[in-house]
Amino acid sequence: MDSVFLYSGFYLTLIMLLPLYRAIFGPTVLDRLVGVNAIGSKTTVMLILVGLIYGRVDMFVDIALAYALLNFIAVLAASRYFQKKKGLYEE
Amino acid sequence: MNYLITLLLISGLVFFTGGSIGILRLPDFYTRLHPAGKLDTAGQFFTMSAIALFILQDFALANFLTAAKIVLIVIFVYITSPTATHAIVDAGVRAGLKPWTKEGQI
Repeated sequence: MDSVFLYSGFYLTLIMLLPLYRAIFGPTVLDRLVGVNAIGSKTTVMLILVGLIYGRVDMFVDIALAYALLNFIAVLAASRYFQKKKGLYEE
Repeated sequence: MNYLITLLLISGLVFFTGGSIGILRLPDFYTRLHPAGKLDTAGQFFTMSAIALFILQDFALANFLTAAKIVLIVIFVYITSPTATHAIVDAGVRAGLKPWTKEGQI
């Protein structure tokens, strides 16, 4: 059962590369924000998988909860900040 | 029981794959928010439920607390993911981004 979680972690890391492309080469700032949000929601699952592989789930669950909170706060603050700058989006 | 856990894990990974390909390939900013908002939440639900079932296999009080924390993460994500998506859409509308159409027809 450990190898299932290990290969799931590998596959999840490979899947994270696709929103990373959108976060780097996105045409507008909000596209980059969408990519970062998708990477963060995958990282929450990834942290608990790492905890299962190491055998310390009770510690990594708290880190995953804090990461989910931080992801939400970061996206909310960045979207509130960037909506005031008009003309930033037309490249 | 292990087959059920593996099935839930693989279905969650399928949802994550669809969300990532949708973010990569859809034409517009507003359409890209659709896989980012929905499929990531569904994938997170399936994967987290698989991990919670795996933890609850040997029943003890500490394992029960860990599974309860995972359920709390899922409830938190179900509240905050539509809120974050709506905040991004609101920022796009206020900045005056035009939605994507087929070229020439509005």
